[in-house]
Amino acid sequence: MSIWKSIEEEAKDVATGKTTAVANVEKSLKLIDEKQEYKAIIATTRDRALARAKEVDQKIAKGAPVGRLAGVPFIAKDNFLVFGADTTAASNILKGFDAPYQATAIEKLESEGAICVAKANLDAFAHGSSTENSDYFTTLNPYDKSRVPGGSSGGSAAAVALELSPFALGTDTGGSIRLPASFCGVVGYKPTYGLVSRNGVIAMGSSLDVIGPLTRTVEDAGFVTELIAGKDELDSTMIDRAEKDYSQLDKVSLGSLNIGIVKEHMGGGLDPGVKTNVQRVISSLKKAGANVEEISLPSSKYGLAVYYILCPAEVSSNLSRYDGQRYGYSQEGVNNLEESYAKSRSHGFGDEAKRRIMIGTYVLSSGYYDAYYQKAQLVRTKIINELSSAFKKFDVLLGPTAPMNAFKIGENIDDPLKMYLTDVITVSANLAGSPAISVPAGLVEGLPSGVQIMAPQNKDKFLLSVAKRIEEIV
Amino acid sequence: MSDFEPTIGIECHVQLKTKTKLFAAVGNDAREAEPNTLISHICLGMPGALPYLNEQAVDLACRAAFALGVEPQKFSKFDRKHYFYPDLPKGYQITQLHHPIVLGGKVKIKIDGKEKPIGVTRAHLEEDAGKNTHPEGKDYSLVDLNRAGTPLLEIVSEPDLHSAQEAKAYATELYLLMKYADVTEGDLYHGNMRFDVNVSVSKDSKLGIRTETKNLNSFKSVEKAIEYEIKRQTELIQKGKAVTQETRGWDDAKQKTTTQRSKEEAHDYRYMPDPDIPPLELTDKFINKVKSEMPVMMPDDWRYKLKGLGLNDQQIEILIQSELELQDKISILPLIEQHLSDKALAKFLANWNVNVFLPLVREGKLKLGKDYHLALEKSIYDLTNQNKLSSTNAKALFEKLISQEKLPEKVEDYAKAKGYIQVSDESEIAKIVSDVLTANPQAVEDIKKGEMKATGFLVGQVMKASRGQANPALAQKLIKSQIDKL
Repeated sequence: MSIWKSIEEEAKDVATGKTTAVANVEKSLKLIDEKQEYKAIIATTRDRALARAKEVDQKIAKGAPVGRLAGVPFIAKDNFLVFGADTTAASNILKGFDAPYQATAIEKLESEGAICVAKANLDAFAHGSSTENSDYFTTLNPYDKSRVPGGSSGGSAAAVALELSPFALGTDTGGSIRLPASFCGVVGYKPTYGLVSRNGVIAMGSSLDVIGPLTRTVEDAGFVTELIAGKDELDSTMIDRAEKDYSQLDKVSLGSLNIGIVKEHMGGGLDPGVKTNVQRVISSLKKAGANVEEISLPSSKYGLAVYYILCPAEVSSNLSRYDGQRYGYSQEGVNNLEESYAKSRSHGFGDEAKRRIMIGTYVLSSGYYDAYYQKAQLVRTKIINELSSAFKKFDVLLGPTAPMNAFKIGENIDDPLKMYLTDVITVSANLAGSPAISVPAGLVEGLPSGVQIMAPQNKDKFLLSVAKRIEEIV
Repeated sequence: MSDFEPTIGIECHVQLKTKTKLFAAVGNDAREAEPNTLISHICLGMPGALPYLNEQAVDLACRAAFALGVEPQKFSKFDRKHYFYPDLPKGYQITQLHHPIVLGGKVKIKIDGKEKPIGVTRAHLEEDAGKNTHPEGKDYSLVDLNRAGTPLLEIVSEPDLHSAQEAKAYATELYLLMKYADVTEGDLYHGNMRFDVNVSVSKDSKLGIRTETKNLNSFKSVEKAIEYEIKRQTELIQKGKAVTQETRGWDDAKQKTTTQRSKEEAHDYRYMPDPDIPPLELTDKFINKVKSEMPVMMPDDWRYKLKGLGLNDQQIEILIQSELELQDKISILPLIEQHLSDKALAKFLANWNVNVFLPLVREGKLKLGKDYHLALEKSIYDLTNQNKLSSTNAKALFEKLISQEKLPEKVEDYAKAKGYIQVSDESEIAKIVSDVLTANPQAVEDIKKGEMKATGFLVGQVMKASRGQANPALAQKLIKSQIDKL
């Protein structure tokens, strides 16, 4: 029934000559073409992808080593610097930007023989939860075209749900991989902060940004993670890999697990259908013998407020470089430098980027820094400490990925606060740098919703292993 | 002029002599490079580019700490300082605001023979910006990003300075410390050290309103800009006007400071911790390694050693500052250092360089490559010691040879061939003396009568007959003994 086999099997088929890299790339490009109506894709890298596929096939013909992802096509969110198509982060200010180098994650996948075939849509600069902030178009939810796919990695999630390629890459700053995964019924995995190099990925909030895969199964997520994780001297914030081989997940016994359910994530405001899905997973876990208990994380309610101070602060700083002077959109016919800055940025940035630049600039201004940024850092530390003590008692924390399932296009667009609330559960993992994964938990009235599982920092393999078991019982 | 006392603090940007930039593996020496050739996606602030810290820059900053007499901080952090300008590709500069790598330290200066310690508040690592140029009559500006990302150490003094003269002494001594610690190339012409001076004047203990004059790149301009500011501010106050807190620039041609930016126009830099760079934590092992690699001889060590060789203060300072004067043409002190165990030779080298070499350099006579320098000075020393060179001929020979690019294979053979070597062969000179005495009977008579003045005349005749090569002391001795025998 699936269009693609597991990633490992796809690679094996190419390596053993059952199919070819060119055939795989052509198949993916054809699917992209056929499913254009969903607007998951901004651009394909057709020529380069086919050329690379030929290289892989030639290597195989010669018996040369081709790597563990030989001839497997994938799609990258358009905030990854990739050769073969423009890199725009779905923003007007970067339209026409031809990347002079590739992101480390892309290089690592290519060195294993994988082939990037397209760039997926996102909220411009990854600011958003629906792809409605894209300066190109809004991606449609594969389950209901009148609804959003979630965001900001909405194009990547929809692409995987539509099986345009076996997997896609996304970025997660406050939930941007997990939320669309939940809305589109796919697996979305945010590794521990620093496990995957951020080099060559357009920064949003540098202390929160994480790169991860969107896949159809947890096993696939582990397989991709295995190949993109690991030290890169170009990213100074990386950690040492604590565990080996994420592609070989452990057989975890559910009966041995202590699972915490965060009380604050199950409370008011949670969509009843989503709640039902989570409760079904909880009772399956209990049936399997897991010890499931409720835990209160009182500071978690400040998570979103902290996030919407720290993240815009970093956004306002990270977006300073888009000034129209060296690359990207530059306003013609200006009279002076000041005007060039103002007009290039006014035209190049959309409303949401401007909103975040203004909030960020404000909270970093002298006189406000202590009250906002500094305070938020203190609360962030408190949230981290609370999570650490929760993990002393529980192996993993479980709950819904988001309080709602996919909403209607246009429903939240004029209410930024309501839009921000989509991240209320996911942000904690970003603030704490811990790994978290969204696994499909079934459909409610035809729409998917996910459960989120969180583990302590550096316990990525353990988290994936647990998630695989949960995936099996759903 | 008045009873106003100036108070001065200096911020000095020292360019560190690393191979590559502070956060990118791109060449650092932009002095001779074509514009925009020392750049990468990191220096250009491309999307997705991340900084990674150059360990050599950290090493040099630690050296600077030791040169300032303190241990480097084990914990320091990097911050972003935001403003928009075309020479600042990321829209922020990476610097260290709250946790600099150096805290405290001092620089000793000498004023009117008295030593005075000047406090150092802090020193922090930061990246330099690029360079904008504004071609005359054109409606565009040009940006060269070669310098963008070059590592700087900004050293901030306490407001312990109270005259232009003290400020100049501080700037000079700071330069020497950084140069001796091998932290910087110290090429002032190319802005390797740039000074910002904060000046205020006051009649009482309450500090006056200060101005900051930026980007001074010579000790003279430090002195002159401060003199000018003291005078300008004093006159303003005397006229009942207020000094405006502002940033000023130095116009070297007009020898005056001018307004650049007032406090109201000052930026809010929106500092924040740089999330791309983890805090810098130095291990004892790293710090001790840097310490053990510090150059042994710092300026004060030299002052002590040179005093021990019997040089006076003035000569000592000339030698210590010769680094500054000679730039990379040659370093004198290392030559002396090699021979410190031979006190006589070391003293000769010290004196020779002060009295002979440096004046010749100032006259533009130096062409000789620096590799030959020590060999030449040693030859001169040996030949003089062996009485083969008169002091006049030694200087003449030295001047002749340093104005050539290479040394002859054997200096002594060359000196002999060109007639610089004095004849000390007694029998040879005795023959000349005998001839001279025969030819000048009147002078001989005079000497016999006790008129010693004639001796000089006869020595002159001997020198003339020997074409200047006779050892004059020996000639005099032989004249006396031969007349006594007559």
